[in-house]
Amino acid sequence: MNKNLFEYLLRLGDDSLIIGHRLSEWCGHGPILEEDIAMTNMALDFIGQATTIFEYAAKVENTGRDADALAFLRYEREYRNVLLVEQPNEDFAVTMVRQFLFDAFRKPLYEALQNSSDTQIAAIAEKSLKETKYHLKHSSEWVIRLGDGTEESHEKAQYAVDTLWRYTDELFFENEVDAALQAENVIPSLIPIREEWQKTVTDVLTEATLSIPQNGWKQQGGRTGLHSEHLGYILAELQYMQRAYPGMKW
Amino acid sequence: MSNANWPLWEVFIRSKQGLSHKHVGSLRAADAQMAVENARDVYTRRSEGISIWVVQSNDVFASDPSEADSLYEPADSKVYRHPTFYDVPDGISHM
Repeated sequence: MNKNLFEYLLRLGDDSLIIGHRLSEWCGHGPILEEDIAMTNMALDFIGQATTIFEYAAKVENTGRDADALAFLRYEREYRNVLLVEQPNEDFAVTMVRQFLFDAFRKPLYEALQNSSDTQIAAIAEKSLKETKYHLKHSSEWVIRLGDGTEESHEKAQYAVDTLWRYTDELFFENEVDAALQAENVIPSLIPIREEWQKTVTDVLTEATLSIPQNGWKQQGGRTGLHSEHLGYILAELQYMQRAYPGMKW
Repeated sequence: MSNANWPLWEVFIRSKQGLSHKHVGSLRAADAQMAVENARDVYTRRSEGISIWVVQSNDVFASDPSEADSLYEPADSKVYRHPTFYDVPDGISHM
């Protein structure tokens, strides 16, 4: 098995799975009916992406574990998502800012992954990019509306940016896994992707009249399995059925 | 958040090339851009369409139902307006 490829697929898949789960928590609680449906649609896009990625990861791992086992039967430290995506929804502003910071990273990443020497990854990227472009448009517009909206919405959006900013550095985490895969042109360098992310975020936050936090403390850990306290609760909910009734289907 | 003050929009979807836009329902949105996106999320999630029009409901001027008698009934007695008096030659299909 290609351990590096498997590890990388878990990063991609777990980011999608966990942010998809967070969005799904809004189902039935959206601020308005139309946005409730929009967030649920996006949640399904992400769960769909995770499914395809885990199916491929299961093939790469080749130990008999299937996509469901990867999604539902790993322990907390085996998840590789960034800390950003597991942060609680709190309110609509926090959810949309979190979504925007993530979408602004995912779009250039998928664009670059379309050129992967791994045809399976290239195909997943091409399909997911279409969804991601819409997600980014949707979340950007909401960040602008909230930031440049009423005094209250501005305050909430700024709070969201300030709270989540510390988790953004980890989006660009790289280690020997990346180096090995980059050498084979399976994945791109994150340096130009970070530049594009920076530009998108600066443009949108400026238009939203939100201020960009200056440097400050950065938190990492998710990519190496060290998560915030929130992931455990997510997994408890996500895994309950499979843990209580192993192998159940519906 | 309440959207009670957001205007109501009528949504029209075109299902495929060559067909006309059809009214599918309405929704609330702060502006036209949001109305199109909401319409995309609410009315095209099962591949119903490839084009969306939105029109503010306020801008739709409708006929008065109380005038229905004088507006529509007179047409009922004008059967000659329907092209039903032609003999269709044999071999013409799709009529």
